[in-house]
Amino acid sequence: MKDLADLALRAVRQQGATYGDIRFTHRLTESIGVKNGTVESLASGDDRGFGIRVIVDGAWGFASSSMLSREEVLRVAEEATKIARASALLKQAKTVLSTVEPVTDSYRTPVGTDPFAVKLEDKVRLLLEAEELLHKGGAIRVGEGTLGAMKERKIFASTEGSYIEQEITECGGGISALAVAAGEMQRRSYPNAHRGHYATRGFEFVEELALADEAERVGRQAVELLEAKQCPSGEQTLILSGTQLALQIHESCGHPVELDRVYGTEASYAGTSFLTPEKLGSFRYGSENVNITADATVPGGLGTYGYDDEGVPGQHIPIIEQGIFRNYLTSRETAPSLGQSSNGTMRADGWNRMPIIRMTNINLEPGDWSLEEMIKDTRRGLFLEINKSWSIDDKRLNFQFGTEIGWEIIDGSLGPMVKNPTYTGITPQFWNSCDAVAGKEDWQLWGTPNCGKGEPGQMAHVGHGAAPARFRNVKAGVGKW
Amino acid sequence: MVGRERVLELLERALSASPGDQTEVVFIGHNQNLTRFAENQIHQNVAEKNARLSVRVVVGKKVGVAGTNSLDEEAVRSAVARATEIARWQRDNPRFVSLPAPVPIAGQSEAFYQSTADCSPEERAGMVGMLINRCRREGLRGAGALATGTAELAVANSLGVRAYTAGTTASFSTVVMSEDSSGYADFSSSDIGRFDPEAATERAVAKCLNSRSPVAVEPGEYTVILEEPAVADVLFFLGYLGFGAQALQEGRSFLSGQMGQRVFGENISIWDDGNDPAGMPIPFDFEGIPKQRVILVEQGVAKGVVYDSLTANQESGRSSTGHALPAPNIFGPIPINLFMAPGNSSLEEMVAGSERGILVTRFHYTNPVHPVKAILTGMTRDGTFLIEDGRITKGLKNLRFTESMLKALNNVEALTAQRKFQGGYFGGSLVPAIKVSKFTFTGATQF
Repeated sequence: MKDLADLALRAVRQQGATYGDIRFTHRLTESIGVKNGTVESLASGDDRGFGIRVIVDGAWGFASSSMLSREEVLRVAEEATKIARASALLKQAKTVLSTVEPVTDSYRTPVGTDPFAVKLEDKVRLLLEAEELLHKGGAIRVGEGTLGAMKERKIFASTEGSYIEQEITECGGGISALAVAAGEMQRRSYPNAHRGHYATRGFEFVEELALADEAERVGRQAVELLEAKQCPSGEQTLILSGTQLALQIHESCGHPVELDRVYGTEASYAGTSFLTPEKLGSFRYGSENVNITADATVPGGLGTYGYDDEGVPGQHIPIIEQGIFRNYLTSRETAPSLGQSSNGTMRADGWNRMPIIRMTNINLEPGDWSLEEMIKDTRRGLFLEINKSWSIDDKRLNFQFGTEIGWEIIDGSLGPMVKNPTYTGITPQFWNSCDAVAGKEDWQLWGTPNCGKGEPGQMAHVGHGAAPARFRNVKAGVGKW
Repeated sequence: MVGRERVLELLERALSASPGDQTEVVFIGHNQNLTRFAENQIHQNVAEKNARLSVRVVVGKKVGVAGTNSLDEEAVRSAVARATEIARWQRDNPRFVSLPAPVPIAGQSEAFYQSTADCSPEERAGMVGMLINRCRREGLRGAGALATGTAELAVANSLGVRAYTAGTTASFSTVVMSEDSSGYADFSSSDIGRFDPEAATERAVAKCLNSRSPVAVEPGEYTVILEEPAVADVLFFLGYLGFGAQALQEGRSFLSGQMGQRVFGENISIWDDGNDPAGMPIPFDFEGIPKQRVILVEQGVAKGVVYDSLTANQESGRSSTGHALPAPNIFGPIPINLFMAPGNSSLEEMVAGSERGILVTRFHYTNPVHPVKAILTGMTRDGTFLIEDGRITKGLKNLRFTESMLKALNNVEALTAQRKFQGGYFGGSLVPAIKVSKFTFTGATQF
């Protein structure tokens, strides 16, 4: 690959590029889906190619191909520079990149058992056994289990002299039970919804999930939810589980701090951000209990890596400190506008996409409560667990979430189960209403393998660490039921 | 473009390498070019050439799928071998009966335009430049994307299915922003020649300027006029949640137990038609089965859902309607070429006939809250207006809706005679703008 990289970088320089990089990506995937006692899907994917990114006349060009040959590398290099010249026709200002130290290095996800080395038969058996137990909990219409694994090998080389090889391995899975009655449908999942929980770890992570141990409870709760009372409406004290907070953090903290969004480059698709640059360093995002970091170095996170796709090392950055907004997620192109260098968050969804700013592991740092203490300290409220629905406006202010399940809190104890819980709010008001965050014992790093952004569309794999937290005066039970 | 002959040769080679009882090979190839702009300049300009082969091997009632985007002989043989190995490790799937037998594919609708295929980055910059230059003159900020490309789809199976089609796609969307407002315009077609960048610019700029200094209204029930992008958004979710056979068979469709019953108002008819050139035609599905026109709701009455071979085989006497998605597919069949019947009104008449209401250009981040009750939530975006005494009087700060579409589509007072095509995944929808009474907004935002 080094030869092809050198060939590409020589070619783009000759064609007038002031900067160029090439990324080779080879991604292996495997997914297993079981449903009601049978294997519904079992698929393996093998995807490879390269992309060349250049700056010519101060403007970007990018071209890519799945055909790996010297001729194709030269064709794509020429196409990328041609496209950059077309971009330059409408440029207002030349693209300037923050400096980065050229490196020759490699990074590999630490893995105990390679998930691709585990026998398919064993993985299928693990899932089928767990899925079967879902039905022990009651009349489940659809029981499902999923396991997924990905291994991505990528090489980054730039005209500035970097040559970085990385191998990222991840895997995970989950189970869910769907119960149905006339006009009603309820789902419970474990350990998380939307296909489960994922991490950059080996197959030992899947084994630790112990899917079968929780299956019967999951099935039983799905059935119980059919007859549960509807979530009450009105302003409530909410305690949110770490699973639900993971998505709350994702939507209302992770996306607003992406600096490309702030500068409008996602405006026509996913929107912009309320978090405009004058707020940096002084805006009260949340209460003093709210400490959020972006950490690409934490072991096992789905947003953990050695270097981003611009060759900048993965970093640990404070985002919100005691409620005050401290840092954006940046790139080499956006950081100079703040007088900064990139903090290493540019990632591309494969060889055929241009890197954009992506979340790493955006974590709500643990507090000093326990979940038990928090419930005991709450006179009236709701405890809500595992996300079911989500929506947020295009500046990331007005959000609405639904969870799979909830329990009323009455005089410091969990009371009756409630179904179809929803809550809504405005981002800074919500985070300023946080008066308690649980500690390390309840803290877990959750994986979100499906964060969509960009045109053409890109999916990123990101992480969110969270422990349960309490929020006051939140509007819950939205809409008519 | 790889071309019909080479693609079909490739599929034959893959089929002949398979030791399975049945085998299916699907080829999806595309050349996609996209010019993306923001803050009145191009910030991403990309070209991609990719092709993917997916192999489904059946051994008894065991099914395995493997894919590759490398088309050399070794990679193809390896994909076949992996799919076979996967199938052998599988357990029997009692729901699986057979891959589909061939069904003749009638005349294909023309969806390939050479001018779209040949559209250069300079041409795209020229079209985008029209909007950018106007925004610069008006002191506005333009963002958006213009994409052009070609796509090839081919399916072959060991029972004799042989299907190939090629098409072109052109799509444009823009958001034009001022300090306190924004406006939207879009376009989607197979033919870039139909794109009128001047008209799109005018529409987005006008919406942006007309919604300046927005005011807030209290959430509550309002008469709303939903323009075509908002209607298409709702229709997509109805298709995903309820118009597929798997959702119905599993009891999670809002049509469960409602077949033959009135579910929407009498003025609502919805169908799927992959052959109608007014949409984005695609003659067959990802199993190579020709697309049938399927009536989903006729004059408010639930009439049917779409099927692939797996779901059709669960019901006696049923055959696929040509709505399979690429295997393996956990969602089941989904209609991707949706049509909503027009009415006899116009946007101007609907506004003029509204004493007080809200005009919605588009929705943002719509998602299901409760699939069986068809409750959706989402935000308005890029042009929300107050209507007073039959006139658009001012821009509004955006609102959140949380509403059952079973209720909303029973409260449609008028539909426009003119419809607009809104692009989507391998298809899209042709929809009118609609006027809905008692539409529930449950929240508001600060802009």
